[in-house]
Formats: sequence, structure tokens, C-alpha cells
Amino acid sequence: MAEAAVQAGCRFFAGYPITPQNEVPEYMSKRMPQVGGVFVQAESEIAAINMIFGASAAGARCMTSSSSPGVSLKQEGISYIAAAELPCLIANMQRGGPGLGNIRASQADYFQAVKGGGHGDYRLIVLAPASLQELYNLTMNAFDWADYYRNPVMILGDGILGQMAEPVEILPYEPILELPEKDFVLDGCKGRKPRVVKTLILKPADGLIAHNEHLQEKYKRIESELSLCEEYQTTDAEIVIAAYGITARIAKGAVRMARAKGIAAGLIRPITLWPFPNEPFISAAKTASQMLVVEMSHGQFIEDVKLAVNGQCPVEFLGKGGGWYPTEEIILEKIESMAAASATAVKGKL
Amino acid sequence: MPNLTRTEVLTDAQTHYCPGCGHGIIHRLVAEVIDELGIREKTIGTAPVGCAVLLYDYFNCDIIECAHGRPPAVATGMKRVQPDKIVFTYQGDGDLAAIGTSETIHAANRGENITVIFVNNAIYGMTGGQMAPTTLTGMFSTTSQDGRGEHGEGPPLKVCELLSSLEGVCYLERTAVSTPKDVISAKRAIKKAFQNQIDGKGFSLVEVLSMCPTDWKLSTAKAVDFVNNEMKTAFPLGVYVDRS
Amino acid sequence: MKKIHFEKHRCKGCGLCVLFCPQKNLRMSEDLNDQGLSYPEEIDPACCTACGLCFRMCPDVAIEVYQQVAKDKKQ
Repeated sequence: MAEAAVQAGCRFFAGYPITPQNEVPEYMSKRMPQVGGVFVQAESEIAAINMIFGASAAGARCMTSSSSPGVSLKQEGISYIAAAELPCLIANMQRGGPGLGNIRASQADYFQAVKGGGHGDYRLIVLAPASLQELYNLTMNAFDWADYYRNPVMILGDGILGQMAEPVEILPYEPILELPEKDFVLDGCKGRKPRVVKTLILKPADGLIAHNEHLQEKYKRIESELSLCEEYQTTDAEIVIAAYGITARIAKGAVRMARAKGIAAGLIRPITLWPFPNEPFISAAKTASQMLVVEMSHGQFIEDVKLAVNGQCPVEFLGKGGGWYPTEEIILEKIESMAAASATAVKGKL
Repeated sequence: MPNLTRTEVLTDAQTHYCPGCGHGIIHRLVAEVIDELGIREKTIGTAPVGCAVLLYDYFNCDIIECAHGRPPAVATGMKRVQPDKIVFTYQGDGDLAAIGTSETIHAANRGENITVIFVNNAIYGMTGGQMAPTTLTGMFSTTSQDGRGEHGEGPPLKVCELLSSLEGVCYLERTAVSTPKDVISAKRAIKKAFQNQIDGKGFSLVEVLSMCPTDWKLSTAKAVDFVNNEMKTAFPLGVYVDRS
Repeated sequence: MKKIHFEKHRCKGCGLCVLFCPQKNLRMSEDLNDQGLSYPEEIDPACCTACGLCFRMCPDVAIEVYQQVAKDKKQ
């Protein structure tokens, strides 16, 4: 992720040490000076996100990374950055919570990331990679989406993704969008009127209402243009699993095992958590008999799945927080019990 | 002999500050310094949360408005990305010495090449007169109604003294705007703090003791007396660090 | 030409200029400005030395002092 950011032109990184993501600032501390960029080890998560606020307003591609308790501290700054419509990348390699929790992998920050953990009506574009290659690719795309929409982007990973090792092809950066000129940058008012980056809107009296409406229009546009999802063997699936990130990768294995046992299972894996890819779920709800949400929390992602499914299909749940993670066998067991229950129900009807 | 008039660094807007408030004087000093150094077109200011939050309405240069207490961190981000620009923060006592103490200390210790204007009026003005970190011992506020120090509030925080132990700091001076002599001295200090940044010398902070007649519930004249008699005793004026 | 000019409608009536005028040549007006506040006026324009202390103390940049005019007059 760090190298992808460098490749994509990220030239400012500020962060604070927290496990399990220390590999990122460590790498950046060495790499940034090599490419003429800036690395600052901030005195706090709050300072780090505010340095990003300043660096972004000064026109740099910039990022910070942290893990759950640290991201909670950053929420104030994230709200301001979203309000000021500044682009940046924030990575959260989630760990067990609440509180200090532990340093095992978790997906319990879904609400915070997707519904907005700071104050006010704002949205982050939230990306959930399931492999290091995808993390690499999405990191480069994230900077483009951030600039294109002038909106902060969050990569929502977890402790497993944050600390695993697997081969990654280092691809050169190519912009995926035609990016607008950064006409908001504060660089001194030479030859132009002074610019202001601010989030306090007192005048006119309905100015903040108008600004909120403008933000919501932007969010609607993002929702209509950006939605990524992987579907795996869903066409004929009776039981469709919904999972994201590393959990989806494990679930994919369980789907293969179920198929080997003659159970028609499939997988929907949202890659963008916001905007949430509703369409695959709406389609699957029509064809599948049951759905199963698997996540490393006590049920956050499931709420968006249920909203998308809208009662058209029963949705089962498998998940725990606190550092629990599912094995392929645990998921398979759940699929088998669902298949058996379904068979009994069908028999009952006959 | 020069004519004393408004500089182009100030907009025409009438400020929202109360009658007799020192912010207006300090705004003018900062504007005059920017004008005299000829740096308006390369200056980026950071507005705090507090009475000076509307700074961007009054200054004719690029301004970023920050979350409460965060200007030194935001300024760090800006200055590191654009080292050739002049970045200043303008902060009150609540912003700089309470909620943003950490940002202040660490930006100072890193020796960030920025200029900090610290307005100390010993009270939370914008929110209606609550106790500030710099409220004097025995001083009344809406949240220290028996006088500071009676219920475990501790003594006032002295920013220049606190920061003077940091090796990363270039220049620290405490000034005031409660007499014409102090105003002239404050301008000299502010000019030096900006010049230090132009010369790449590092973190410079000028503390300015200022009047808040409204929340002190004093007349203009008594507010001036309060700065001259009480505040200057608790917060002695002078140069605390000068490594320039 | 005058040595000193008051933008009376900018004035918030704090009186810092009156307080610090070394000639004691300023007083607050009987009239009110657009904001309904008293504003400073000279007692005797001839007494003004254009020292500029009122300008330096005014928080509202509502005073302008033309020191060159004063100097020319003196000469």
C-alpha cells in the first residue's frame, strides 16, 4: 500500500505508531525522503490527520494510516476534511475493539467507516481489499477518486491484511480518470483573489443548508458512478454468502468446499463499502433461497445487506468481534446447516 | 513622515469584535508586518476556533480555518508541502494553550518554520467568558465563579515559560497591546517572528496580552489597567528565547 | 488639510483613542454614528500633533493620521 501510494504521487505522509499498521509509517519514513516527499511522525493521531488537512489544502497527494483506536481519534479531522471537500487517503487496518481491545484482526469499525464516525452528514468513499495486490491497486485508484470527487477515501483493511506477506506485482501508476484542476489549493494569492478553506458557515443564514445539499448531491453522484463488487458463482447459487475484505477471501474457500459437497453456494464481495453495491444483492435475493453474512464483528455490514435485500430473502449471520476470525470449515459448517434446514423446510411444505 | 492608514492586507470588512477588544489591534499589526515585508501574495494564514475564527473575513490573503487547537498541525502540513510560502497561525489561549497544547508543544519542538501569534486574554471570549488555561489565580469567570484556584483549577499556564525549555524553538517573546508603547513593541516582535520564517530560522511565537472588556465585565479603561497591572505581573513581558 | 480623519461609522465607541491621546485632545461625541455609538472627535484640531497614538490603539482601524500633512504644516 505504501509503495502504491508513492507510485501514485503521494508526497506527504503523517502518522502515529499503532499496531497492526506500523509497517506503513516505517516504510514511508524511509521512502518519502527518497522521492522528495515529506514524512512526519506526528505527536498524536489528531495532529496527524490535521497535518493531512493542511497538506491537502496545500495541494499535495497525502495519506495517513492507523488502526481502530487511532482512527477513532482522527474522526474530528476526517469530518473537517470531508466538510472542506479536500482529497486524501486514510487507511484503517482494523483491530479488535471496543476500547483498546487487542491487536488481532477485526471488522468492527464498519459503522464508523461507512456511516461516518465523525460529526455531521458526510460520507467517505470506503474500499475493502481482500488481497495485497488488490490493496496495491485500490490504493492507486483511491488517490484518483479522492481528487476526482474532492472527497476523503478510506481503505478499510484489517490486522491480517496489514501484516501478511504475499507476492505483489508493482505496477506503474496510471490515472484512471481525467482529474480536475485543483482550484482550491492555498499557495499564496499571487495574481488571484485570496482563497479560503473553511468549514464554518454562518452566513447567509441558510448557507450551511446549501452546503449540505451540495455535499449530498456529490454523494448521490458518487453513488451513481462508483460501485465495485466481485461475484463468485452466484448465478445458480441457492445460498449466497456476503462478506468483504479478508473474510470474503476465507468465505471463497468455503464456497468451493460447499460446491464440492454438492451445495450450490456463491459469494458476493463488495469492494466499495460506500457506495454500497446494492444491485448484486437485489438480483441474488430474487434467485437465491438464503443469504449468509459473514463478518468479524457482531453484525454491522449485515445491516447494509439487509437494506439491499429488503426482506426479499432470509439473511443468516455468522460473526463475532474481539479478534475472532472464521475458518473455511466454520463457514462450511454454517452453510451445511443452512442447506439442511432448507431441505427440511421444503420437505415440510410437501 | 509616513501616513498612518489601513493596509491592503486588511479587507474593508468591519470586525465582529467587541468594543475595546485587542484582537483588532493585533490584526492590524500582523497586517502591517505582512505589508511591510511584501509577503501578502505568498502568505497563508490559519484561523483558529475562538473569537478570531472569522480571520478570513478580515485578511486579504489565503486562509485555512482549522479545528479547535489544531492550527500548528495544519500549518505543519502546509509549510512542509510549500516551504517557500509564509505560514502563520493566529490562536487564542483556549485554542493554543488548552485543547491544542500538544500541537503547540510538538510543532515548537520540531522547530517547524512557522510563525505563531498567540493572543492571551485570559478568558474564553467566543463562548461567553469561561475560564481559560491562562485565567489568573483568583480571577472570576463563568466557570470559576469563586475565583480561579478555589476548586482545584490550578494556576494559569504560562506558555512562553513552558516552551522556553524546548531546544527546537527559535524565538519566543511576550508582548501586550495595552499601551501605545506595548503596541509598537508587539509589532516589532511580530515582524521579527515573520522575518525569522523568511530567513528559515524556525519556530517563532509571539504572545500578546490583550484586553477582553466584555467578558472581564470591565470598562475599556479598566480593562487596560487590568492588563497593565494584573496580567503583566502574572505574565512578565520580554524575550524568552532568541536563537535567531 | 486635516491631520486626522475618523471613520466614524466604523467606530465601536471603545474610547481607547481618547484614553491614550497625549494632548487630551479627543472626546467622545454627543452625536451617534450609524451603529448608535459615540465616536471620537477633536476638541481643538490645532492641538493635534499627529503623533499617531490614537491610530495605534484603535482596534477598528477607524482612524487615519496624516503625519506628512502635519509636518508640512509645521514647516
